[in-house]
Parts: sequence; structure tokens; C-alpha cells
Amino acid sequence: MLQNPTKPPFWRDVRFLKVLFQVLFLLGVAAMAGFFYANMMSGLRDQGHPLSLSFLRNEAGFEITDGIDFNASDTNLKAFWVGVVNTLRVSILGVFCATVLGFIFGVARLSTNWLIRSIAAIYVEIFRNVPLLLQILFWYALTRSLPRIQESITIADTFFLNVRGFYLPTIAGNAGLSVWLWYLLWGVVSAIIVVLCFAAFRHLSRSSGLEQTDRPSFASNIIFGTKWIAAPVFMTVAIAGWFLSPGQPFEIIVPELQGFNFVGGINLTPEFLGLLVGLTVYTSAYIAEVVRGGIQAVVKGQREAARAVGLTEAQVLLSVVIPQAIPIIVPPLTSQYLNLAKNSSLAIAIGFLDVFHVAQRMMVPTGQTIPLFGMIMVTYLIMSLTTSVFMNWYNRHITRFER
Amino acid sequence: MEELTFTPEIKPPSTKKDPKRWLKDNLFSNWYNTLLTLLAIVLLYFLFKGVYTWVFTQAKWEVIPPNLRKLSVGKFPKDQLWRVGQVIYVLAVLMGLSAGIWKGLNQQITSAVACVGAVIALLPIQVNTSLREAAIIATTLIAVSYVLGRDLQNLKRWVIIGWVLMFPWMMFMLHGFGENSISTILWGGLLLTLILAVVGIVACFPIGILLALGRRSQLPAIRWISIAYIEVVRGMPLVTILFMGSLMLPIFMPGDFRPDKVIRAMIVLTLFSAAYMAENVRGGLQAVPRGQYEAAQAVGLAYPQTMTFIVLPQALRSVIPTIVGQFIALFKDTSLVSIIALTEVLGTADEILGDPKWTGYQPELYVFIAVIYFIFTFAMSHVSQIVEAELGVGKH
Repeated sequence: MLQNPTKPPFWRDVRFLKVLFQVLFLLGVAAMAGFFYANMMSGLRDQGHPLSLSFLRNEAGFEITDGIDFNASDTNLKAFWVGVVNTLRVSILGVFCATVLGFIFGVARLSTNWLIRSIAAIYVEIFRNVPLLLQILFWYALTRSLPRIQESITIADTFFLNVRGFYLPTIAGNAGLSVWLWYLLWGVVSAIIVVLCFAAFRHLSRSSGLEQTDRPSFASNIIFGTKWIAAPVFMTVAIAGWFLSPGQPFEIIVPELQGFNFVGGINLTPEFLGLLVGLTVYTSAYIAEVVRGGIQAVVKGQREAARAVGLTEAQVLLSVVIPQAIPIIVPPLTSQYLNLAKNSSLAIAIGFLDVFHVAQRMMVPTGQTIPLFGMIMVTYLIMSLTTSVFMNWYNRHITRFER
Repeated sequence: MEELTFTPEIKPPSTKKDPKRWLKDNLFSNWYNTLLTLLAIVLLYFLFKGVYTWVFTQAKWEVIPPNLRKLSVGKFPKDQLWRVGQVIYVLAVLMGLSAGIWKGLNQQITSAVACVGAVIALLPIQVNTSLREAAIIATTLIAVSYVLGRDLQNLKRWVIIGWVLMFPWMMFMLHGFGENSISTILWGGLLLTLILAVVGIVACFPIGILLALGRRSQLPAIRWISIAYIEVVRGMPLVTILFMGSLMLPIFMPGDFRPDKVIRAMIVLTLFSAAYMAENVRGGLQAVPRGQYEAAQAVGLAYPQTMTFIVLPQALRSVIPTIVGQFIALFKDTSLVSIIALTEVLGTADEILGDPKWTGYQPELYVFIAVIYFIFTFAMSHVSQIVEAELGVGKH
């Protein structure tokens, strides 16, 4: 029997030490958690607010003017939901506007025109270097100095901007809508039938005359048919249905001044506008930098090659540079979107009731600080997870054809 | 045989800067650029006209001078202002010496600061005498110590020690001790903004490094807890975490632990930026080649030694620009503490606007503060670009 003389004692064995280290670490974390838990329990006992979620069924007791209809007698749970929807509303709209603005300024920063390039650079520097909160407060303060309701700034008497916010027309379905939807369904069905017949006919009639390799496949026949036959068929049915259904299926409702307020249409409150403009402008400055970086990262030879083949500048940009820049742009763009969503919590500074502000309103009357913070945390984590999952999927989807 | 003919030498086209040529190349190279230029000129005309009329005729700037002290130091007791002065002067001396000794980047930063000092000293508007005085003294100190620093190369080590001691000394100086100590609640204005940002970035450093190492650790328990901390903190907005600090810290801490709101904000900012710092440092750790780890192991270094002497120095060096970027972000984010009723610059502005005498002065005050922020952040991002170029990050 040979004993290994170099075998270290167990307290110097790496495997043992690893386990020991982790156990000690977990014990430390557990001790800390226990400490917090004990403090929390004694603190809650002193305050007289045992943890429970039953407050969600109680009356909220405050009004929310933005978003879904809500009044003070609705429950806290509904209030929280209205808050979530408000956050989503401002975030989604903000992401959309910031992306458009950001792309415009990002491309403008690389313009061959000196003036355009400089304007874009100044825009980016100004709005990136001033704190977002300050910008939101500034825009909100500006909405305070908009004209009174009777003297609204208006575009073609359809859009109105005044101290109460921005009024814009909305689309509403009429009685004829359901009839028209039936027409649409009928259009889809008939288009599918027509295309299938066409493809089958073409497939059979051509098959005898041509070589095996030249014969268009069934799938390509379908694509051809969809483009040239199904789409016109569907459009014809849809347009005919529009006139055949009783009355117009949709109606545009223009806001109208009645007495001291506008009736009809959508109203974006000054709080919403201040927050939206602030978030949009601030994030667009960052997106512009992301876009510029992405475009500059595309190898110069690609651009030169595209020019050499005789593409115009616009074509070079749209069909050569940007498609290659997108995969580089998407990951940082995602984090900008997430930042925008998180930054929408600054709503609390100007009184817009987003999810955090709503929850914060509930904290004092209910005393349920901890569950409410838990709910906020879960909401934001879900939002960021969904965004990352979607953007990762999109990124995979567009990079699939790469190189 | 054919005779070789040489083409006569032709001079290369002149690259001389010709204004007419420049205009054609940069503004009117083709029809749509011309159109864009004209549109931009029209737009700029209206923009400038609007801004000009507002700034010089409509804006009521009288709100700024009487509140300048409040905006810069908040409610810091007037008779204790010399403490702030001391900090600024020592900072000025250190900056001047560094500029003189190391030249290069230090010189640029210092001269920028000196310019700001000179501008404040020469401001044509009515500022209170102590501010003007401080600016004059600080600028002179910078100039003098710069001249001295050029000849005193052997002071190098002492200057570095000075910089290291600067932070604790600053805190000590501003807070004071014993009977004369100044409660942190009285800190305010730009002073508080700067303190919060500096404390946040300095204090988060060790935690951030530990979290980054934890996230890359091979021990699952440590790795998962680090990941959970980093991702949860990064997934939440700072405002919510600040509110948590002010509403939940008292619940989770024993009854006798009641730090004031400034300290609470410092704790929150530190814990918050630690998560972001961890991600930055992780980026640096990933950039260190594998061979470095292996070489360190081969020479027989243990994990702590490998990290402290081999890996971290290289990792941290490569993330300096990112950390400057994070500092800029944190500097801007400190404005959020005004929501939990702290009086940093923006909070002070809100306080001033709450005074019936100054209601309706929002745009003027906000624009003024925006300019202050802009100067700081723009300067810092400029510096980080230079640092990046000097370190050659991304070059190799």
C-alpha cells in the first residue's frame, strides 16, 4: 500500500475550500437577511401595519386623469394597473419618437453638409450633457406658458395645443365596422383561394414543357401570385366593402371646443407632454451617437464599393450601409430603450401618474411600503426582460443572413 | 526601339484652404445639399432670433445674483464658508502642482479650471464678494503652484499622496468636528452635487470590484448572488431606489440607526453605482488576456495575489474612460435627489422657486442650472476623450 505523500490535508484541499468558502458566504448573506428581517418585523409591529396585499382591494382615494378612465372610488389594484399602462404608453411612444429623431440626427452627424453636421453635433451635445430631470422640468414649465384654451395654437383646426395639453383627433368605429370586417375576411379567403388555384394551374401547365431546374417551384409561384394577384384582389374587396357597408365603417372624431373645454379626440395632458418630450429628446441624443457609431463601424470599402457600382448616395446609405450597421446598433439601442423606460419614473417630479408615482401615492395611506416596492420591482424587471428578449430575437433575426 | 517619353511633371492640385472651395464642398456640393443648407439657415435664423430675444430682452435674470450663494453652497453657514474655501485652495494647489509636474493632460484640465476661476473672478454681474475673492485666490494659487511645480519634479510622490488624502480631508474639512461641526443637511447647492457624485464614485469602487470578481467567480453561490444584485439594481430606476433608501432603510435598520437624508442618499448612490461599476470592471477583466491569468498561476500566485497584482491593474487601466463616463452619468443623476427633498443644485432651485418672491422664474433658473451642468459634463467628457486617446484604448 502506497500512500500518496503529497496529498494535502483536507483543510488545504481546493475542493474542500471551495465548498467551505461558499457555505461561509451564504451564511453571511443569510445572517444579513435575517438581521434585516428581524428589524423589519419589529419595525412593522411598531408601525402597526402587518404585511398584506388586501389593501389592493381598497378604494384608492385619488384621481388619475391620464390614460384609462379612473376615479377615486376605484381600487388600488386598478390604480396600479392604470399606472403600468401610463408607463407603457409614455415609454412606447417615447421609444418610437426617440428612434426616429435619433436616426435622423445620427445620420445628419455624418452628413457631407457642414451646417447640417454641426447642427446635429450641437443638438447631441446640448441634450446629452444636461440632466434629464432638468430637461423634463423645463419642458413642463414651457407647457405652463402655452396659450389659454380659447386661444389654442391649432393646425388646420384638427390639432390643438394649449395650456391644458395637446388635443388630437381619434378614430372611432361605427355600426358599419362589423360589416366591413366581414368583407375583409371574405377578401382574405378569396385571395387565398385565387392564389392557390393560380399556383396549382401554373405548376401543372408548365411542368411538362420545361427542364427540371428551370421550372419555378410551387413556393415561388405562391409568392408571385400573392404579389400580383392576391394583393389586388384583397384591395378590391376591401375598397368595395368600404362603400358597400352601411355608413362609413370608421369616423375621425375631431376635438371641438365646447364651452371651456374640448370634447372628443385624444387629450395628451401637459404632464404627459413634458415627460414625453423630455424623454424623447434626451434619449434621441444618445441614440444619435449609437447610430453614428454603428454607421462609422461599417467598413469603408463597403461604401466605396457601393459607389463604384454606381449607386446613388441615398442607395448607398439605405441598402448597403444601414443594413450592415443595424446589427452593431441593436445591442446599445436596446439599452437606450431600457433607460428610457426606467427614466419614465421621473414622472413623479412633474406629477404624471406612472406606475412608480401611483405606487408612491399609495404608500402613505396604506402603509404597505414593502409589498408596493416589490410590485414596482417586478414590473420594471418584467419590462426590461421582455424588451431584452424581444430585441435579442430581433437581433438574431437580422444577423442570420450575415456574412 | 521606341523611345521612352516622360510626361511633364504636373503639380498636385492645390489643397490650399480656399473659402470659396470650402463653401462649395461643404455647403453647396449638389442640389439637395444646397436645399438643406438654405433650410438650415432659415431654421437657424428663427431659432437664434427666438433665443436672442428671450435671453437679452425677455428673460428676467435678476433671479440669479441674489441666489448665487444658495446655488453654490446651499445653507452652509456663512461664517463657516472658509471651510469650503480651504478645500478649493488645496485643490487648486494640487492641480497647479500636478499640471507643472506632469504636463500633458493635467495641464489642459488645470488650465480649463483656471479659466473658469478667472471668468468667475471677472464676472461683470453683481456677485457677492466672497465668491469673487475665492475665485481670485484659487486662480492665483493655480498659477503660482504651476510655476513652482515645473521646477520641483521631486515633489511627485508627495503630490500623489496629497491627491489620495484629498478625499478624506475634504469630508473632514466640510463636516468639521466637535461643537463646530456642520450637519450634512446644511450642505447644498453645487457643493452637494459635487460631493454626492464624488462620494458615489469613490465609495462604489471597492464594492463594484468585488461584485465584478464575484460575477466571474467559479463558485456558483457567489456568482449567482452577485449576478442577482447587479441585475436587480440595474433593472430599477434610480428614483425608485432613492425612495427605497428614504422609506425602507428605516424599516430594515435597527431603531437607533437613523442617518440623515444626505447620508442615506450617499448610501443609495453608492450601492446603485456599485452595480454599474461592477459591469464596467467586468468589461475590463474580460479584456485581460487569458495568458496573464495562466502565467500568474504558473508562477504560483494564489487567487488574491493574481487579482491584486496581475489582473486588476491591467483591467482597471483599460476601463478608465468608461469610469469617467459613469462619473458623468452619476453627476447628472445626482439631480434626482432633489425629488427626495435634498437641496443640491436643482433642489435649491426648487426651494428658491417656492419663495413667493421668485415664483414664475422657472425658465431662467432652469436654463442657468442647465448651463452649469453643461459646462461640467461637457468638460469631463472632453477630458475622457483625451484620456481614451492617451491610453490608446481600443488601439491594440
